[in-house]
Amino acid sequence: MTDNNSRSTSGASVSARSLRDRWFAYLANHHWVARESLRGLLQVWLASAMTWLVIGIALALPTILYLILSNASNLSGDWNGKPRISVYLQSTVSVAEGQAFAQQLGSQAGDVSSLEYISPAAALAEFTERSGFGDVLQTLDRNPLPAVIVIEPTSRQAAQLQLLIAKLESKPEVESVSFDLVWLERLFAILSLAERFVIALGGFLSLGVLLVIGNTIRLAIENRRAEIEVVKLVGGTDSFVRRPFLYLGFWYGLGGALSAWVLVGLSLIFLATPVEMLLASYQGDFVVSGLGFNESLLLLASGGGLGILGATLAVGRHLRRIEPS
Amino acid sequence: MIRFDQVSKRYAEGREALSRVNFEIPDGDMAFLTGHSGAGKSTLLKLIIVMERASQGQVFVQGTNLNRVSRRQIPAIRRDIGVVFQNHQLLFDRTVYDNVALPLTIAGYQPREVGRRVRAALAKVSLSNKEKQFPIALSGGEQQRVGIARAVVNKPSLLLADEPTGNLDPGLSEEIMNLFVQFNQVGVTVLIASHDLGLISQMNRRQLLLHEGRLVEDRPAILTVGSDDGQ
Repeated sequence: MTDNNSRSTSGASVSARSLRDRWFAYLANHHWVARESLRGLLQVWLASAMTWLVIGIALALPTILYLILSNASNLSGDWNGKPRISVYLQSTVSVAEGQAFAQQLGSQAGDVSSLEYISPAAALAEFTERSGFGDVLQTLDRNPLPAVIVIEPTSRQAAQLQLLIAKLESKPEVESVSFDLVWLERLFAILSLAERFVIALGGFLSLGVLLVIGNTIRLAIENRRAEIEVVKLVGGTDSFVRRPFLYLGFWYGLGGALSAWVLVGLSLIFLATPVEMLLASYQGDFVVSGLGFNESLLLLASGGGLGILGATLAVGRHLRRIEPS
Repeated sequence: MIRFDQVSKRYAEGREALSRVNFEIPDGDMAFLTGHSGAGKSTLLKLIIVMERASQGQVFVQGTNLNRVSRRQIPAIRRDIGVVFQNHQLLFDRTVYDNVALPLTIAGYQPREVGRRVRAALAKVSLSNKEKQFPIALSGGEQQRVGIARAVVNKPSLLLADEPTGNLDPGLSEEIMNLFVQFNQVGVTVLIASHDLGLISQMNRRQLLLHEGRLVEDRPAILTVGSDDGQ
């Protein structure tokens, strides 16, 4: 609506109307075009549903992968919440000395949130019970296991943990300290790899959605060629001609995102029970989390946005070529 | 209102549709553009609504040099020109009302105002009872009148028509021409391309005769415009 400048018009002219009137008429036109383009889609609902489903599948795939990922990092977050340091004591340290040492470690405020002293005898008993090697151990003439102090550190940051480990290792009573950071690091590396994979996949599939919508819009433009010509003949601006197609793209995208949302929901219902059963056998209560309110909103917004973008690309390429003749 | 200054139009394939055409139509005038088909009538009209651009020379409409009009400015030019096409250019999937309302919707009128103006325009062409019908249900003459209603609904200061009576019988043709006369009487400048010479001579208006792209005759009305009013 940037026209009508620098022209002297006679009689009742367009520019004679107030800006306010034109603004409301502009909004009314948006409203009308939005409603009409949606109604047009619903009139051929079967064809529209097909397009929505195609877009829905393309959007659902990365969304499901994203959910798997976010559930997995929730899971590892739980495990990561309780890192444990095992401090093996020298075999020369007696039980009493060991207990005293443990008490001394525990009284050091800050580093240690809780600890437990496990005597060689207790360790042997536990090992016998868990490993099933009890008979073999009984043939040994002395207990080969050292005393262990299991520490739950207050900090969860790798740098501080390493500092704590170094301090523990320097104590004369300590034989060795073990803390399994490696597997956690690996898990995080795998998760961040998977995250990149999901982003790349999401990118490809979004491109697919753009092409699907672009192509559908291109067909719509061809179908309404006569209308476009007439609109241009009676003074329709480019943005006026473009508007119905942008709304069409928006409805395609939004409808696609809605069907993706439904597909994701159905997949979760299908997967949640076995996944929860599997995880229950490891560590108790785990609930598979679906799409939250914000994530659903983001999905719908991306769908609508991709629709408008795809339509914009198609319209830019094809609309200019249609001129009345 | 309209001024052609040494205007030539050569199409890409080399055909020269207009060559060195000069004329001027003042505000409030009514003129006919005649000549055989292929003489350049349609090309001349297309230059006025910037469907085509002059290869040489300059076209002025309401003081605007159309050679200097950018692509973005074209819609504004067209909004102040009503055009009636031989093939009507109606949208067959929309009602008569919606067809006539199109220029107003485009120009950004409020729905209330659109309704008022569309009904006035339909009354003018005696189609008030057909507003809910689709163009396909109308006769050729009625379709042409819908086209005219659409052309005048935005109250343009210039009305162009390309063979508006092309496919109509003489009675209907005269009826359509009288509509144009009525619009001219309220101050609209009218330019009609037609080869219906019998009807044109009856109208007694200025005639511009094109032959193979050249303006070969510019015959003024025999009587003054004012004395026509009684016909």
